Amino acid sequence: MRRIGIDVGGTNTDAVLIDAGRVRRAVKAPTSEDVTTGILDALARLRAQPEGQGAVDAVMIGTTHFINAVVQRRNLTRVAAIRVGWPMSASLPPFCDWPEDVAAIARGGIWQVEGGHEYDGRVIMPLDEAALTTAAREIKQAGLRSVAVSSVFAPIDPAHELRAAVILRAELGGIPITCSHELGRIGLLERENAALLNAALADLARETIAAFDRAIRDSGIAAPLFITQNDGTVAEASTAQRFPVYSFASGATNSMRGAAYLSGMLDAMVVDVGGTTTDVGQIKAGFPRESNAVVRIGGVRTLFRMPDLLSIGLGGGSHVAGDPPKVGPVSVGYRLLRDARVFGGTQLTTSDVAVAAGLLDLGDRTRVADIDRGYATRILAEAARMVAESVDRMKTEAGDVPLIAVGGGAFLIPDKLPGVSRVVHVEHGDCANAVGAAIAQVSGEVDQIFRDLTRVDAIAAATRLAADRAVTAGAERASLRTVETEDMPLSYLPGNSLRVRVRMVGDVAAR
Amino acid sequence: MTLRDITADDIEALAIGAWVLGTGGGGSPYLGLLNMRQLYAEGKRVQLMSPLDLADDDFVAVVSNMGAPLVGQERLTDSRSIARAVELMEEITGKHFRAIMSLEIGGGNSIQPMMAAAHLGRPVVDADCMGRAYPEAQMTSFAVGDLEPYPLTTVDPRGIESIVAKVPTWKWMERVSRKICTEYGSTASTCKAPRTGAEVKRWGIPFTTTQAIKIGAAVRAAQRAHTDPIEAILKSEDGKLLYRGKVVDVERRTTEGFLRGRTRFDGVDDWRGAAMEINFQNEWIVAWLDGKPLAMSPDLICVLDSVSGEAIGSETLRYGQRVTVIALRSPAVFLTPKGLQHVGPRAFGYDLDFKSVFAS
Repeated sequence: MRRIGIDVGGTNTDAVLIDAGRVRRAVKAPTSEDVTTGILDALARLRAQPEGQGAVDAVMIGTTHFINAVVQRRNLTRVAAIRVGWPMSASLPPFCDWPEDVAAIARGGIWQVEGGHEYDGRVIMPLDEAALTTAAREIKQAGLRSVAVSSVFAPIDPAHELRAAVILRAELGGIPITCSHELGRIGLLERENAALLNAALADLARETIAAFDRAIRDSGIAAPLFITQNDGTVAEASTAQRFPVYSFASGATNSMRGAAYLSGMLDAMVVDVGGTTTDVGQIKAGFPRESNAVVRIGGVRTLFRMPDLLSIGLGGGSHVAGDPPKVGPVSVGYRLLRDARVFGGTQLTTSDVAVAAGLLDLGDRTRVADIDRGYATRILAEAARMVAESVDRMKTEAGDVPLIAVGGGAFLIPDKLPGVSRVVHVEHGDCANAVGAAIAQVSGEVDQIFRDLTRVDAIAAATRLAADRAVTAGAERASLRTVETEDMPLSYLPGNSLRVRVRMVGDVAAR
Repeated sequence: MTLRDITADDIEALAIGAWVLGTGGGGSPYLGLLNMRQLYAEGKRVQLMSPLDLADDDFVAVVSNMGAPLVGQERLTDSRSIARAVELMEEITGKHFRAIMSLEIGGGNSIQPMMAAAHLGRPVVDADCMGRAYPEAQMTSFAVGDLEPYPLTTVDPRGIESIVAKVPTWKWMERVSRKICTEYGSTASTCKAPRTGAEVKRWGIPFTTTQAIKIGAAVRAAQRAHTDPIEAILKSEDGKLLYRGKVVDVERRTTEGFLRGRTRFDGVDDWRGAAMEINFQNEWIVAWLDGKPLAMSPDLICVLDSVSGEAIGSETLRYGQRVTVIALRSPAVFLTPKGLQHVGPRAFGYDLDFKSVFAS
């Protein structure tokens, strides 16, 4: 299969072409304000050489666009929030734990109506359909263009959310409606927050994915477009447009998946050294180990499954000063090509030191000839110490583990680190994120409570559901495999209640 | 008599400190904290009262939210329900409550009396009857004192109100109230048997609200100053550092409505090569170091995030987490022979003689 992977980062847009399991060509272009131009540039560079040309089967794009919109509080749509479950949870309405600055932008109105379910599937109250019709009229009058619906225990029974969407749709036509059960997990506020964020990104998602699509078509590529997700898999563009929140952490995930692929290793620590920060994570069975903790996106609490990462202020552009030397956390960032000493600037950076030490060939070497060999060694040792400490904190086993170094600043990782069995540098490691996008698969996930089934039967039922979801999302059934199972008996609940989470992945089905 | 104003900052600190005193259970105080933030934003205020200032014939309401922590994540705790449970108790007993106190200071129930107090305009008593969190109704200082276990009121926001008028023992109260709670959907706002001022002074565990606020304030100050928050807790509480390590296994099972199981850690720093195992029944009960019992209930065993210093619950503990295990001192009432019958290691099925880590 021939695929193009693109990573639209804050600074660079990287593109790679992969064919028959090999990277044929990898390029970088500056990211543009309008997104489209940067992708067009990157694709033009990719296709400039024969090995980057010819038909492809799919284009996969990873982007930090949506998370940046939330963090920077821009391009957000005002949301009508419908909470189904009154009188339960009434004292903590939608948006109740959002930072006020972002709530003020996204909060279009709140409606709480009777309905919702218990953990055991009983109805809390019959759904108040009349109240929903009234809400729909008020939403229309207020001119709101995006709706989020959250119902108590919707992951157990989504019926009230689905019915609410039908009633709203009758009044409001084709406007985007996000139902919380489609975003997954138990935890009303966190799931609702995910739905509200998703609804707030409705306009931006539509425009951005249209821009991606246009850039691909304008480059003369006819292949289907996929968008990479937090979990290292992809969704078809039409699905991804409905769920922009699932693309939040795809940059970091893609780097780690790309590192696994380029090295051929399935279990290892991954260190991704960028210009400003270094992310340390771990791959298990080829996928990032995920964080179970509450994740804050621009201050909003959610329960997305994100890779468990430790970020430190160390990169190829980090400022260096003093002796004993201090490295970072300040960085010249995208101004490296202007401000670093080897490019005629005045700021001493880790890249300058690497050039002086002969580790790196960049810019004008004579501009760093004054750096004392011993000083350079101490600086690089300090950078190595920072990495080693982070690796030790992120490791989950006592013995030495292998480590894959990727990213533009990977030269800062020495071949020997304490607690590490071997350090692996890979070809195209500076484009690992685009590689990770290109190789992404399709997933299906279930997180649900099963009652009065044996553990084995409950996991089997969850696995069947996850497989069906993966196929619906575009996976080829024969290629599906389970990447994660987790089960948790629930305290206090009567009977034999088991919460089961299963995630399956498979290859993109041929069309 | 002096009442102390509880500030918004105190409540933020209480949420962190109460989670530490939860010793693995008790449910996260986060949603109670959110209720209080809203109530304070609306202008409501709560005051704290020393138990020593209670008159012997005053009546005190003892409140808690009962139920499954998971249900609490969807049916979010509502301050009006717990206030209503207190009102209902006044209606059926004809008693007027001078003040409100917490059943358990560990976890989410630390904030329930604040929520009721904000609506009812009564002070919160600086005391509870566990000094931490425990899984069962008879595991309280009031049960150790053989105080009357009834009546009990329970409230559901749909306008369902039930009363347990009489039971012969705390165990029966546990069984009957658990059934009601299950029918409601496995969560209920409850007001326990009213206590007199004399009973609270004799059998209550004093100053635990202040203790939780102090722990939380120490953690927050350390986080702000980028110093070690765990060191701050140990100093503030005269506690004992037991272990630092990484979670290598968590084994959970539900029996009789409780989350039971064990977790194993691999040591780091000074504990490299030493293995710790902790058994839990909602709360951490016995900690073993290399197969030997090191700490056990009623000493408080707290598993904390090694970096943030904040507590980790037995439901949320996961593989790979970096944890620090510390012990805090048990309330004196549980160290008596009668207290140990209720909450010592044998009360949880471990054939061990209680030995405190603070004994030597």
